[in-house]
Amino acid sequence: MIYREAGDFKTSYREDSQTFPIKLDRRAYWTLMVVAFAVVPFVINDYWANAVLLPFLIYAIAALGLNILTGYAGQVSLGTGGFMAVGAYAAYKLMTAFPDVPILFHVLIAGAITALVGMAFGLPSLRIKGFYLAVATLAAQFFLVWLFNKVPWFFNYSASGMINAPERTMFGAAITGPEASAPARYLFCLILTVALAWIARNLTRGSVGRKWMAIRDMDIAAEIIGVNPLTAKLSAFAVSSFFIGVAGALLFAVYLGAVEVGEAFGIQKSFLILFMIIIGGLGSIFGSFAGAAFMVLMPVLLKNVLVDGFGWATDLAAHFQFMIVGALIIVFLVFEPHGLAQLWRLAKEKLRLWPFPH
Amino acid sequence: MTDMNAESYVTEDGRTIGGVIMEMKNITLRFGGVTAIQDISFDIREGEIRAIIGPNGAGKSSMLNVISGFYVPQEGEVWFRGRRRAKMRPYQVARQGIARTFQNIALFEGMSVLDNVMTGRLTRMKTGLAAQALWFGRAEREEIEHREKVEKIIDFLEIQAIRKTPVGRLPYGLKKRVELARALAAEPALLLLDEPMAGMNVEEKEDMSRFILDVNDEFGTTICLIEHDMGVVMDLSDRVVVMDYGRKIGDGTPDEVRNNQAVIDAYLGVAHD
Repeated sequence: MIYREAGDFKTSYREDSQTFPIKLDRRAYWTLMVVAFAVVPFVINDYWANAVLLPFLIYAIAALGLNILTGYAGQVSLGTGGFMAVGAYAAYKLMTAFPDVPILFHVLIAGAITALVGMAFGLPSLRIKGFYLAVATLAAQFFLVWLFNKVPWFFNYSASGMINAPERTMFGAAITGPEASAPARYLFCLILTVALAWIARNLTRGSVGRKWMAIRDMDIAAEIIGVNPLTAKLSAFAVSSFFIGVAGALLFAVYLGAVEVGEAFGIQKSFLILFMIIIGGLGSIFGSFAGAAFMVLMPVLLKNVLVDGFGWATDLAAHFQFMIVGALIIVFLVFEPHGLAQLWRLAKEKLRLWPFPH
Repeated sequence: MTDMNAESYVTEDGRTIGGVIMEMKNITLRFGGVTAIQDISFDIREGEIRAIIGPNGAGKSSMLNVISGFYVPQEGEVWFRGRRRAKMRPYQVARQGIARTFQNIALFEGMSVLDNVMTGRLTRMKTGLAAQALWFGRAEREEIEHREKVEKIIDFLEIQAIRKTPVGRLPYGLKKRVELARALAAEPALLLLDEPMAGMNVEEKEDMSRFILDVNDEFGTTICLIEHDMGVVMDLSDRVVVMDYGRKIGDGTPDEVRNNQAVIDAYLGVAHD
């Protein structure tokens, strides 16, 4: 079987605008879905869930969210960590206030609350752009972290100032808390990730996505052709913050279980997500996943190679890990500024002509 | 001789020119101490090709920007389809049915040709955020419906082969054509073209002229254009406004304008003694 679209004729506009225009891609996608839903839950253990799959899925949601705002709508944000904190604390307050409600609702409502907060902090984008907007969102980052540290109501007046996820269930299975099993947590995150990625794809291929991209590419021309910059920018902030809020809620409730705000949602988290979308590819759904995979898997891989393979001391390996990941990021940006998504696209172009490139 | 003051009349090549669709009354536009446009009045009639000409710095582009709502004049009134325009943002003007192209192309470079032309229909796409998030059903139906309209325009302007190409990769002449396609996709009542032939060679100019005439003829779109190439302007337009230093110095058919002494002076210069 050869990777190309020849012979795969499109006879309707519906077929022409499908997500995977090449048959082999469609098969690969469905195979991946079957493996992820029907195979992985039976073989997953705690190590794989905690070290690889859960962080990958959760960061992929956050990267999708930031990519909608920065990659599609062109509004730079350094407040991702702060917005994830909003999602986490909203989920915590909801989980403790309504213990009988299934956890899915807590997570989704936490996302909605984050969307409102994101819109409020997106208001300056109507007047400022570029670096200045980045600084404004940076203010959001520091303000939100400060707020969750200073106001005891947010952490239910606990002595440590931390928030702990109590056990909450979905269809009778524990999703959060110490008793939650790896397959249940994995499936919960997987379903949300797939659903949100699908929504992101739908929004970016239709008229909303075109409004965002028009604002990104040339805001004056966008306004001349009838795009209201107010609604376009604020909808981008709302959708993006919803995604990021859900990611924050999952990171706290399902993955970490206990969180101290400055540590889990500090400025370094904002940069981490920003690196993900830059390395993965701005304005690309696939790029969000690729970037998240790169930033999550690379440290794990390096640790395995350096500590287990070469027998180095753990602390030495940890330092080297920072240096190698940093160097890789720079190398990447020099050789392929459009990220992994662009590499993937080029590989596919080459593959389509293989084995006769001329 | 056709009576051009009548409510509507038929031109020599058989097009029907209707009543006044847009009227500018005593427009004055200032930037600080500089008066870009001074007390200019003219009208645009339905179905006609109206040109604005004048030497560099005469205020033509400013005039177009006033019509498209980008500049708000300090004095004067803008009437469109019998209603006086209140203070409006450019996107509201677009929703009233005025589309435009730019002197130095303003396309969305990161998007494909098809997506660029589809943005022209944004004012007509009504599906909400929630329906679009789910896609299947209303959003997809609307998308396909508008795609069909857009494909007709892509056919019309002969840019089928490049519909999936990112606009950033296209040569200048094609970009101009894509920009025209985007403006046409909005099915505007009034189409403003700011120097549609700037920087083109003779062949490209001929192509563009043919497209402008075809647009006017087939869709009956009213067109107001700015152009420097006198040959093109005189051939294409039904009526011409001539501006110089922010003032109107001539208005009429190409023949009238050509023989107007003030216009000749403005273009050829006049001896000061």
